[in-house]
Amino acid sequence: MTSAATAPAAGSDPGTAAAAGTGTGTGTGTGAETDTHCPYCALQCGMRLRPTATTAVTAATPAPAELLPVEVVERPDFPVNRGALCGKGQSAPALLARGVRLTEPLVRDRPGGPLRPAGWDEALERVAAGFTAVRERHGADAVGVFGGGGLTNEKAYQLGKFARVVLGTANIDYNGRFCMSSAAAAHRRAFGLDRGLPFPLADVPHTGCLILVGGNPAETMPPALRYFRELRENGGTLIVVDPRRTRTAEQADLHLQPRPGTDLALALGLLHLVIADGLVDEEFVAARTTGFDGARAAAMAHWPDRVERITGVPVAQLRRAAELFGRAAAGMVLTARGPEQQSKGTDTVGAWIDLCLATGNAGRPYAGYGCLTGQGNGQGGREHGQKADQLPGYRSIEDPAARAHVAGVWGVDPETLPRSGRSAYELLDGLGRPDGARALLLMGSNPVVSAPNAAHVTARLRSLDLLVVADLVLSETARLADVVLPVTQWAEEDGTTTNLEGRVILRRRAVDPPEGVRGELWLLGELARRLGVPRGFPAEAEQVFEELRRASAGGDADYAGISYRRIAAEDGVFWPCPDPAHPGTPRLFLDRFATPDGRARFAAVTHRPAAEEPDREYPLYLTTGRVLAQYQSGAQTRRVAELNAAAPGPFVELHPRLAERLGVADGEPVAVVSRRGRAVAPARVSAAIRPDTVFMPFHWPGAGRANSLTNPALDPVSRMPEFKTCAVRVERAEPAGAPAGTAHHRAAGHGPDDERTVA
Amino acid sequence: MPGTTSTGATAPGPRIAVVGGGMAAARFAERYTALGGPGTVTVYAAEARTPYNRVLLADVLTGRYDAEAIALPLGTARLRAGCEAVALDPVARTLGLADGTVEPWDELVLATGANPVLPPIRGLRRADVRHPAGQPHSSDRLADRSAQGPGLAEGVHTLRSLDDCARLAEEAVAARRAVVIGGGVLGVSAARALAALGVRTEIVHQAPHLIERQLDAEAGAVLRERLDALGVATYCRNRARSLATAVDGDTGAVRVTGVHLANGYLLDCDLVVLACGTRPRTALAHAAGLPVNTGVLVDDRLATAVPHVSAIGDCAEHRGAVHGLAIPAWEQADVLALRLSGADPDARYTGSRPPARLSTGGLEYAAFGDVDETLDAGLDVLRLTDATRGSYKKLVMRGDRLVGAILLGDLAGLDALADAWDRDDPLTGHPLHLLTAAGPGAPPP
Repeated sequence: MTSAATAPAAGSDPGTAAAAGTGTGTGTGTGAETDTHCPYCALQCGMRLRPTATTAVTAATPAPAELLPVEVVERPDFPVNRGALCGKGQSAPALLARGVRLTEPLVRDRPGGPLRPAGWDEALERVAAGFTAVRERHGADAVGVFGGGGLTNEKAYQLGKFARVVLGTANIDYNGRFCMSSAAAAHRRAFGLDRGLPFPLADVPHTGCLILVGGNPAETMPPALRYFRELRENGGTLIVVDPRRTRTAEQADLHLQPRPGTDLALALGLLHLVIADGLVDEEFVAARTTGFDGARAAAMAHWPDRVERITGVPVAQLRRAAELFGRAAAGMVLTARGPEQQSKGTDTVGAWIDLCLATGNAGRPYAGYGCLTGQGNGQGGREHGQKADQLPGYRSIEDPAARAHVAGVWGVDPETLPRSGRSAYELLDGLGRPDGARALLLMGSNPVVSAPNAAHVTARLRSLDLLVVADLVLSETARLADVVLPVTQWAEEDGTTTNLEGRVILRRRAVDPPEGVRGELWLLGELARRLGVPRGFPAEAEQVFEELRRASAGGDADYAGISYRRIAAEDGVFWPCPDPAHPGTPRLFLDRFATPDGRARFAAVTHRPAAEEPDREYPLYLTTGRVLAQYQSGAQTRRVAELNAAAPGPFVELHPRLAERLGVADGEPVAVVSRRGRAVAPARVSAAIRPDTVFMPFHWPGAGRANSLTNPALDPVSRMPEFKTCAVRVERAEPAGAPAGTAHHRAAGHGPDDERTVA
Repeated sequence: MPGTTSTGATAPGPRIAVVGGGMAAARFAERYTALGGPGTVTVYAAEARTPYNRVLLADVLTGRYDAEAIALPLGTARLRAGCEAVALDPVARTLGLADGTVEPWDELVLATGANPVLPPIRGLRRADVRHPAGQPHSSDRLADRSAQGPGLAEGVHTLRSLDDCARLAEEAVAARRAVVIGGGVLGVSAARALAALGVRTEIVHQAPHLIERQLDAEAGAVLRERLDALGVATYCRNRARSLATAVDGDTGAVRVTGVHLANGYLLDCDLVVLACGTRPRTALAHAAGLPVNTGVLVDDRLATAVPHVSAIGDCAEHRGAVHGLAIPAWEQADVLALRLSGADPDARYTGSRPPARLSTGGLEYAAFGDVDETLDAGLDVLRLTDATRGSYKKLVMRGDRLVGAILLGDLAGLDALADAWDRDDPLTGHPLHLLTAAGPGAPPP
């Protein structure tokens, strides 16, 4: 295997020449359009990339400063989004511009010194030597790996293999732990299998009542909204649960507006009413589930008056919701980050699943529980070995049979595979400490902005002997790195992702990357070679996928029957798909659940307060989330002019009554203070939020960084941090001169927010 | 956490005995085990069944819930149902059970609950023997011994347990008329439930209006009209003096036939429900020498004066308050579970201010704080009455602070108001907006 030989050809300059796939064998030929998928969220909308060099710039698309190699056009034949795209997807090519993204490796010669350009050989040598030194001095687990839910299946798979086979470290985890890990844990507990949606999105309009808990697809995945609209057009009912009256909540027939952190009580309160009102599907419960008595007892501990007191949702609304859901011919519950990003997220999702099971809404068409996965490959990224406790195919790393199977595919002795490592926050929290990692390889993640208790995490990253960041842009985390490796992005590479439906889809290379930019698969191969493993790390995505198929065979997430050819021919293939003749599985659990006895399991859970509840000193709830024009840590979207114009910086949403009490007018800067830090941003006064709660989007670094405030209390099962609720106080911030006043201007720009500079 | 598993067997933790099988006991057991407390919890319940949610009894009576369906979770605690504790030795740390066995413990949690108060009405008892006055403890001792109550005449019921409920439901099938003695929350709930079963029901209440501890006269009047519409008549400022009884010719049993009021009227009936409040069950604690006032005295740790003995729920008296309500009982259980499990050894209970709330059967109200503005000249009051819709709202304020409120019929704004009261936040803007503005807590349009 000569992985170096398959490095991307030094192609033509994408800034000036016609885009053409030249070196990969999967390119589409000069001038041709390329069918691919959006680089952003888990919807993975189909899109078509059309080379712009042969297309006249029209008045509708004013010429950008630098001509981009491709433009996005509709791909109406792809079923998930049927041509629709949001502003993020439409503007994605902006990141192909040279000035925006990294085009050469950077290294830092001494701590505190500047980053300077370097060649790939030098950068990779530095990484290999640094990892070797740390490993020799502190052991294999002292080299950590932190991945991302935006990485393709091939990259996620290869990163996990690299950690276990080349580095021999147990300490690999990824930012997906911050995304849907609670839903994943609850899914596995109830159904024996975790796939975000057990049905295609296209089923949504055919259900009778849908409860969307803590999700705001109107802003986070706008093209999905049509399914909710169609549901209502078909006579179905939409119930939205959110402490804020979001754009999504505005579309609902019923909006329940609980206190942050009380979704668990709300779910059990609805289950209570379903039982009290005789709406339990006794036949289904008897035939297809176990553990109902425990769940019923749990629900009895959550009677309506008590649930009203805990959640703030009036009994009358609880009754209405229970009626609508319990009496619908078919019902669905979808959760998103709201209920999941809590220190009791797994139990909270478990309670919502209980509500589905009690009403017979699982394992049959147009009914069931699902999770709206967030990141682009949040689903696939968690299936193939990036998680501290898992091996490819969604196998447990502690299961001897799983270890033997994967070791066989990898050609290593099962005994050499590490055991479970630390979860994401624990890994970050341990960096630089005696028992933690001293060197870190970080790919596709920006924890300086996205991790909870971010100032602390930043300090831990700074304490490393060696921080290596592979990214396409100089993110806030990359700014801290000792070595920055510039990597390819979606339009420049092939690879599969798995969308929120469990549909494995194919991204295609449409343009050549700039000279100096390499793919992660290539650089992992190069590092492996330098670290003494010359084989097993090809740079070719399809080749990696072929191995992934074998590694996943027989696992829960079985990709064995999926091929690039099939994906292209079938608009994606739903896993599990154990052999090439298997049609794939759009709907799971129709005959049986994936538990040993084939029955779904009720959870017996109880509400308890958040890790941090408001008190005299910190009397308000803070909840965090997203806005339409930005994506996750903003590393990409903050570099797109039109998105930045739409959402230029952070803000603090607060109720008019709270604003009046604080004496704050709309637009004035306010400081939000928690036990962990302080953030300053302009007030956005809105009656859409509960008076006891303030909201901040988390896309920005600097003084307006919401995650300076958030609480890293972890769910005991999923190890999910409690992003969605902590206790804060809000103060007026001085408008000018003080650091507070300049906060959001600085945060919105690209200026370094770190004392280290870039050469 | 990935990769960590418990490392073999450890020394057995403390033995925790919970005396009583009611709501506080169940909550404590569930929380303690969920918090991973190191001890083994045993719940000694006098009733021969799994602890259940007493709040729902009126709806069990109407048939909305099956008796089995209201069982509460106990976590991994061991339940000794039908094992009444009759003796407590806090020095030897043992518990004597009714069956004569003696159980050792390391920590004891008293959660013995409360008994219905039996009003001084002639003819209440089967043999019309006057209830021996004096020692309150001997009287509740008597009640302790008999789940059916101390020999009540046929047709006379309390509504405190599932057994009470079952007996009442059985008799209600054939009953034509019922009298509920006591117009507090329980009396109103019971009357509403009996009316729903098709029994003509009347409430006899001593106070000038219904639920006088939580509602003012206007709210009481609205509630009375609503009960009227459900077929329940109310006689306030009336006292039941004695029961009219008859001896059944076949069985020889003494059976109630009516209620004589102090004003001379006789209400014919074949069912009587006593709803005159509850009294803490303190006999066991008293006999063991624990300090007892109305309830077993506890400090902010919910500890009694005796080491390793705590008390929670309806039997406990904390800072002079005996709540007799489920939500404070659970708040106490949560704190004690945090402390005894080691999850938070410093956990403290500083009191509860639960809003009063009724939300069933067409009767909806919430009330909290001080609602009688006449007590203090410094109080302002804001009232909204909507006779057509049968709603009544009242805010009592001192300056910009809310000191109490009643919402009856239309509960829009409850969440924000209860929150402002609970946190003692200043009310901003015109308080009228809190009562009318749709927003968090408002019912759907």
